Amino acid sequence: MTGPEKLEFRDVARGRALQERLRELITRAGRSVTLMHVCGSHEQAFARYGLRARFPQGLRVQMGPGCPVCVTDAPEIDAAVALAERGYRILTYGDMLRVPGTQTSLLDARAAGARVDVIYAATQAAEIARDSREPVVFFATGFETTAVATAAVLLNRPPQNLYVLSAHKWVPAAMEVVAESPDSQIEGYLAAGHAATITGYGLFEPFVERYRRPVVVAGFEPLDILAALVLLVEQVLAGKADVVNAFPRAVTKDGNQRALTALFRVFETDAGEWRGIARVPRGNLRLQKAFAGHDASLRFSGELSAPKVPRADALECCCGGIMTGRLTPRDCRLFGSKCRPDTPVGACMVSSEGACRIWHEHGEHEVRA
Amino acid sequence: MCLGVPGRVIEIEGATALVDFWGVRRKVALDIVDEDVSLGDHVLVHVGFAIRRIAPEDLAETLAFFEAMTSEDLEGLER
Repeated sequence: MTGPEKLEFRDVARGRALQERLRELITRAGRSVTLMHVCGSHEQAFARYGLRARFPQGLRVQMGPGCPVCVTDAPEIDAAVALAERGYRILTYGDMLRVPGTQTSLLDARAAGARVDVIYAATQAAEIARDSREPVVFFATGFETTAVATAAVLLNRPPQNLYVLSAHKWVPAAMEVVAESPDSQIEGYLAAGHAATITGYGLFEPFVERYRRPVVVAGFEPLDILAALVLLVEQVLAGKADVVNAFPRAVTKDGNQRALTALFRVFETDAGEWRGIARVPRGNLRLQKAFAGHDASLRFSGELSAPKVPRADALECCCGGIMTGRLTPRDCRLFGSKCRPDTPVGACMVSSEGACRIWHEHGEHEVRA
Repeated sequence: MCLGVPGRVIEIEGATALVDFWGVRRKVALDIVDEDVSLGDHVLVHVGFAIRRIAPEDLAETLAFFEAMTSEDLEGLER
């Protein structure tokens, strides 16, 4: 998008009008409303543009399990660390380096001499493997938006020595876990616009029907988010539960069929642990049998580490409560003291998509009624 | 990682495009983009892959949508 268009999505007068609309809705209803979003980029926008500061009292928007780095389970990190320590070359996205495993991180392994390289595009994994004679392990993480890229690499004549260690996750499955948790106070969900670009908004229709909670798909500019919040609050107060697409410039009902086809040619959903949250049925994306030849978890199955005793301070970490919307980062005793971006205890403080890291960086607070 | 970045297509060679992100140029794979991409189009890019062509009319649609919502607001305020 060019300059003027970008600014239109940040237009102050329109933003104020939308904020005013939210205030009017909540005031008129005379009760509080708690909503959840499931995307690190949404949390960044809330904090960067100070959207919560102008919320009416009684409106809460919590961040849910929307940070792929944060929900990567410690044993998944341990597996990558184990292969790195055994001398295999590991490629991964930058955010993964500092994420603590049960005991150590990939950064610790690299400091001790292991070969761990950061890539920014999935295609680089194939390029690097092509230039190499040894096995190259791509520790592939992220939600459906990044999983489609891994799938595309594996469908495009990948070199024999490229192995994928998949920690990819499927977000819609985690929304169900949150909706099913008995103490959940979430009355509506802001769905992540870019993930919905792939899946389409039609994917949320069964969810809405089953849990009777509205879902609004939102973009990432301040006006995108405020408009989506208005549409959510209106539905909550009217007792409605529909799927609404508030990001029409990127999201369609059926999504990107070409990408979805690629995704499910390569991956299948499987139950898996999401760090600090729960075992999520259909929450993990594992390689299908047809790609067993590139599956690091099969090729190196004997060399992946056994479970270790967790670090003591990890037990105090509130990441799980934060990612299910029960707590905010400021409810955690470690936040900003023992747990900081340079010495993270929990994964939520590591990633630029994690709630704790974002709140620490922007000094985010919540005004509570 | 999960960051989607829009950019403008300035060259196409087979299934690869050169995309301009406010001055930073990167090669982007077109394997899984939803529809045919032409020079000058905007695309949404995730970890090196275009996942969506952003049509100019879709931009206009969103802006019209904000316009409708905010004019409703003003009516609401006058009540």
